[in-house]
Amino acid sequence: MAEDRIGVRKTYKLYIGGAFPRSESGRTYEIVGGSGHFLANAAQASRKDARDSVVAARKAFPSWSAATAYNRGQILYRVAELLEGRRSQFVDEVALAGGLSPADAQREVAEAIDRWVWYAGWSDKIAAVAGAANPVVGPYFNFSVPEPTGVVAVIAPQSPSLLGLVSVVAPIILTGNTCVVVASERSPLPAVTLSEVLATSDLPGGVVNLLTGFTAELAPGLAAHMDVNAIDLAGVEWSVVAELEHAAADNVKRVLLPSETDWYTDPGTARLTAFLETKTVWHPVGV
Amino acid sequence: MSATEATLPAYAGFADATRSEASLRLFLHGLPGVDAVGAEGRIAGLGTRSIKKDAKLWALDMAIRMVDLTTLEGADTVGKVAALCAKARRPDPSDPTAPAVAAVCVYPDMIPTVVDRLRGSGVKAASVATAFPSGRSSLAVKLADTKDAVAAAADEIDMVIDRGAFLSGRYQHVFDEIVAVKEACGPAHLKVILETGELVTYDNVRRASWLSMLAGADFIKTSTGKVSPASTLPVILVMLEAVRDFAEATGAKVGVKAAGGIRTAKDAIKYLVVVKETCGEDWLTPDLFRIGASSLLNDLLMQRFKQATGRYAGPDYFTLD
Amino acid sequence: MTFDYAPAPESRDVAKLRSSYGLYIGGQFVDPFGGEAFKTISPATEEVLAEVATAGAEDVDRAVLAARKAYDEVWRALPGRERAKYLFRIARILQERSRELAVVETLDNGKPIRESRDVDIPLAAAHFFYYAGWADKLPYAGLGPDPQPLGVAAQVIPWNFPLLMLAWKIAPALAAGNTVVLKPAETTPLTALLFAEICQQADLPPGVVNILTGAGETGRALVGHPGVDKVAFTGSTEVGKEILRTLAGSRTKLTLELGGKAANIVFDDAPIDQAVEGIVNGIFFNQGHVCCAGSRLLVQESVLDPLLDKLKRRLGTLRLGDPMDKNTDIGAINSAEQLARITALADSGVAEGATRWSPECELPGTGFWFAPTLFTDVAQSTRIAREEIFGPVLSVLTFRTPDEAVEKANNTPYGLSAGVWTEKGSRILWMAQRLRAGVVWANTFNRFDPASPFGGYKESGFGREGGVPGLAAYLAKGSHG
Repeated sequence: MAEDRIGVRKTYKLYIGGAFPRSESGRTYEIVGGSGHFLANAAQASRKDARDSVVAARKAFPSWSAATAYNRGQILYRVAELLEGRRSQFVDEVALAGGLSPADAQREVAEAIDRWVWYAGWSDKIAAVAGAANPVVGPYFNFSVPEPTGVVAVIAPQSPSLLGLVSVVAPIILTGNTCVVVASERSPLPAVTLSEVLATSDLPGGVVNLLTGFTAELAPGLAAHMDVNAIDLAGVEWSVVAELEHAAADNVKRVLLPSETDWYTDPGTARLTAFLETKTVWHPVGV
Repeated sequence: MSATEATLPAYAGFADATRSEASLRLFLHGLPGVDAVGAEGRIAGLGTRSIKKDAKLWALDMAIRMVDLTTLEGADTVGKVAALCAKARRPDPSDPTAPAVAAVCVYPDMIPTVVDRLRGSGVKAASVATAFPSGRSSLAVKLADTKDAVAAAADEIDMVIDRGAFLSGRYQHVFDEIVAVKEACGPAHLKVILETGELVTYDNVRRASWLSMLAGADFIKTSTGKVSPASTLPVILVMLEAVRDFAEATGAKVGVKAAGGIRTAKDAIKYLVVVKETCGEDWLTPDLFRIGASSLLNDLLMQRFKQATGRYAGPDYFTLD
Repeated sequence: MTFDYAPAPESRDVAKLRSSYGLYIGGQFVDPFGGEAFKTISPATEEVLAEVATAGAEDVDRAVLAARKAYDEVWRALPGRERAKYLFRIARILQERSRELAVVETLDNGKPIRESRDVDIPLAAAHFFYYAGWADKLPYAGLGPDPQPLGVAAQVIPWNFPLLMLAWKIAPALAAGNTVVLKPAETTPLTALLFAEICQQADLPPGVVNILTGAGETGRALVGHPGVDKVAFTGSTEVGKEILRTLAGSRTKLTLELGGKAANIVFDDAPIDQAVEGIVNGIFFNQGHVCCAGSRLLVQESVLDPLLDKLKRRLGTLRLGDPMDKNTDIGAINSAEQLARITALADSGVAEGATRWSPECELPGTGFWFAPTLFTDVAQSTRIAREEIFGPVLSVLTFRTPDEAVEKANNTPYGLSAGVWTEKGSRILWMAQRLRAGVVWANTFNRFDPASPFGGYKESGFGREGGVPGLAAYLAKGSHG
C-alpha cells in the first residue's frame, strides 16, 4: 500500500536571517547522490543572496556576541538534542549524499552530533583557556579575554557533508561569531536539513546563514566583502586559495586555510581560537 | 581693614554650596574624583625634570624664601626659638646674599619671643593653634588658642581641621569651625592644616581643600608634621589643582603649604617643579607657596654654596640651631 | 626672573657610532652585494649620524640562508633552557648598555631622551627577560605537549619604537626556537645595528639573528622570500595589505600589527585631571608616532568646555625642542616625509572646517617639527577624524550617551586600542565589553608590558605581541599534540 502512495518531495531552500527564501536569482541546480541518481534540486545562491546573508549575520552579531556563554552553550546543546531526534533522517541523507554504507552514515551522524555536544560544552570554558590575568609591572589590573571576530564566511568542507559542516560551524558560532556558510557544493542536502533544525531551535535568526550553490561563484564575493571579518576556506581547492586570500586582504580578514583534516579525530581548540580576538583591558589599582 | 579688603569673600559665589550640610556634601562629592595611580604617575613624570645651573640657583633661593622654619616640640625654650629666629633672618652668616626665610612657625606661647626677635626683618611670625596637632578640643578652646596667638601679634595662624568630623561626613561642622577661626584671626593670615595623612585618600584631600577654601582659608596646608605620612608630592599636586581650579572659579588665589618630610634641596626643587607645572609661575612666591621644615634649610644652603662655588659643602660649615 | 629650566642635555659621548655599518648576516657585519648605502640622519638637526648598507635581493638570500642554517644546525635543537640563557644574557646587556642605547635611539629617531631612557629601552630589556623565561616552558603555552618552532621568521619593524619593536619581534621568536632576519625601518636603523653587536657580545650562535638594513624594496624582498616560514610586520595598514597579497596562497604564517585611530572617551564623571594627563600621554607621547595613539578624543558634551580649558592649559606646559634635553616632552618628527604627511592632514582639517589650535610654541630652525595641535568642531566624517595621522594632532569630538560613545568609537575600520575615563566601575566594564579594540585602557593610556598581549581587531591587524599569544605566534602545535 505504501508503495502506491506518491511521496511528498521536499523543496530545499536557502536559510538567511532565520527565513527560508529561494535564491533571489530563481536558480536551482541538480543534486545527485553518491550513486549518481537525482536527489533534488537545490537553490543556487547568487552573490546577492550572499550579500543579504552578510547583512543578516551582521545584524545578528551584537546580541549573539553579547549573550552569556552559558546561554550560548545551552542553545547549542539544544541543537544537539534536536539533531539526535532527527538522527535517522540525517543518516538517510548523509548516506544518499555521500554514497555511504548505512554503518558509515550512522558513524558520521553520531560523530557530528557528538561533535556538536563537545563544542557546546566549550562555551563557558574557552575564555579560561584563551584568556588570562596578566601580571604587569606597576599598579594595574590587566586581563585578556577572547572575543568573537565578527561575521565569518565559511566555505564548508565538501565532505563529509554533515560532520565537516558541523565541525566548522559549531566552533564559530559557539564563541559568539555569526556566519555565512556555503554548504558542500556536491552534497548540500544534509546542510539544508541542519538549517531546518537550527530554525526550530533557540538559535536566533541570522547567527547561521546557509547558502547552497557554487563555491566558485560565492567564495570570491565573500572573500572580498568589506563587512566580513574572517573567512574559513575549509572547503575550497588549494588552487583558488591565492586568489581568495588576495581578495581577503582588502579589509585584513582573518583567513583559515584548507588543510588535510581527519574529521573524526579530536579537533582541539584550533577552530575555536581561529576566530577569536584577544582583548586586553588595563585599569589602575588605587584608592 | 581697608575698603577694598572689605569686599565679598572669595567663596561668596559658592553660597549655594555652603548653604547647608546637605548642599555642602553634594558639592564636595560632586567634585571630580582623583585617580591615585594617575596622580602618582604624573608626579613620577615631573620627578624626572632636570633642574640645572641658573634654574637651580633660582629655585634654591626661592625655596629658602618659602621656608616656614619650624619648631613644634614640647621641649622648645626661649633659647631654642631665639636661635631659630636668628637663623631665619640670616640663614647663612657667611653669605649675606642668602635670603631670609618666609616665617618662623612655633606654638602660641613662643609667639612673643618670635615677634620680638624677628622685628624689622620682614620674616613672619606664625603660630599653630586650635589645639594643635589633634584639634580635639571645644571650639571655645580653639578660638581662645587662636586669639591668644593673634593678641601676641602672630602674623599667621596654622589651624587644624577636625579630621574626625570630616571623616564622619560632618562637613558643616568642619566648615563652621574654619569660618569661626578665620574670624578670630582678624588681620592674621589663616593656614588650614588638612592633615592629609589622616584623610588617606586623594578624593578626601581634594574635598578638604575645597571645604577649607570655601570657608575662607588663605592657605591650605598638608600636615602637622606629627602624623606620617606628612607632605607628599601627589598630595601637593591634588591641593595645587584645587587652588588652581578655585582661582579659575573665583579669581582668588589661595596658597599651599607643604609641611613635614621635606629634608633635601632636591625634594624642595621637585615641589617647585610641581607648583610651576600645575599652577604656573604665579604661585612661585612665598605669598602662595610655603614649605614647613627645619632641617631642609641647611641642605638648601649647602646646595646653594655648591652652585655658587663649584665645591661641595660640609655640614660643619652651616649652623645647627 | 622666572623658573625657566636651563638646558639639561644628555651627554652624547656614550654613543660610539661607527661612520658606516654593513649588514649583519651569519654573525658578521658584511658588505652588501650591491655595494649601496644610505645615510641615516638625526631628525632634530638633520646631521648625518652614519652610513648604512642597503640590502638587495642577494643579501636577503644570504641572510635567509644563514638563518636557515642556524635553525637547522643549532638553534631548533638547542634545549630550551640553553636558548633561555642566551636571551637572559641579551636582556642583561641591554640593561648594561641602556644609556648608550637610549642616546642612539633619541639621536636617530628624534624622540625625547626621557622617553627612550624611561620607556623604550627598559621595556625592550623587560621583553627579553619575559620571553627568556618561556624558552624552556613551551609545553605550557597551551599548544599541546610538544609545540614546534616555525623556522625562519622575517620581521619588518617601524621607526616609532625601533629597539622596542625589535624586542617585541625577536624575543618571542628566539624563545620559541625560530631564527630571524629582521629589517629595521629605513630612518631608524642604528639601535638594531647596536643590537647586532649585542648578539655578538652575548655569543649568540651565528645566523640566529640577522639584521638587514634598507628601505621598502628590502622589506618586500624579505617578506616575499620563499625560504621564510613566518612573517611578522608592524607598520601601516597599507603595507600590511600589500604583504597579505604578496603572501596569498603561500601558507607562510603571518602576524600583522597595523594602524589605528583610537578613541579616547571621557565621561562627565571622569577623574578630570588624570584624564587630561591621559589625553596628553595618549596623543603627544612619542610625538603621536604611536599606532595605538588616542587620536580621537570623544568627550561627553556636558564637560567639553572645562575639559578643553584644562587640556589647553596643560598643552601650554609641554616643552618642545632638543630631544636630547632631559626636560623635553615633545621631540622631532621622525622624517621630512612624515612631517609632510602630518602637515597635509592637519591642513585638510582646516579645509574641512575644523578649528585648529596650538599652544604658543617656538619650533627649532633645523630638523622636522610639528607643534602639538588640537582640532575642535571636528565632524566624524572628516579626514582628521578617520585617517591615521601618526603625529601630534588630536581631533576632539563629542557624544551624549554611552551608546553614542561606543558607536562613534567603533565607527572606524581600525580596532587597535581605546581609552575610557570614568569613575564608575560598572560603566568601565560595560564600555570595555563593547569597544571593538584589542587594547582598552581604562583610566590610563599607552601602557605596555611584556606580559600583556597587544594587537588589533579589524584592519589594525591580527595576532598578538606580548604574553602567551605573543609566543603562540611563533609556534605550531606539535605532532604529538
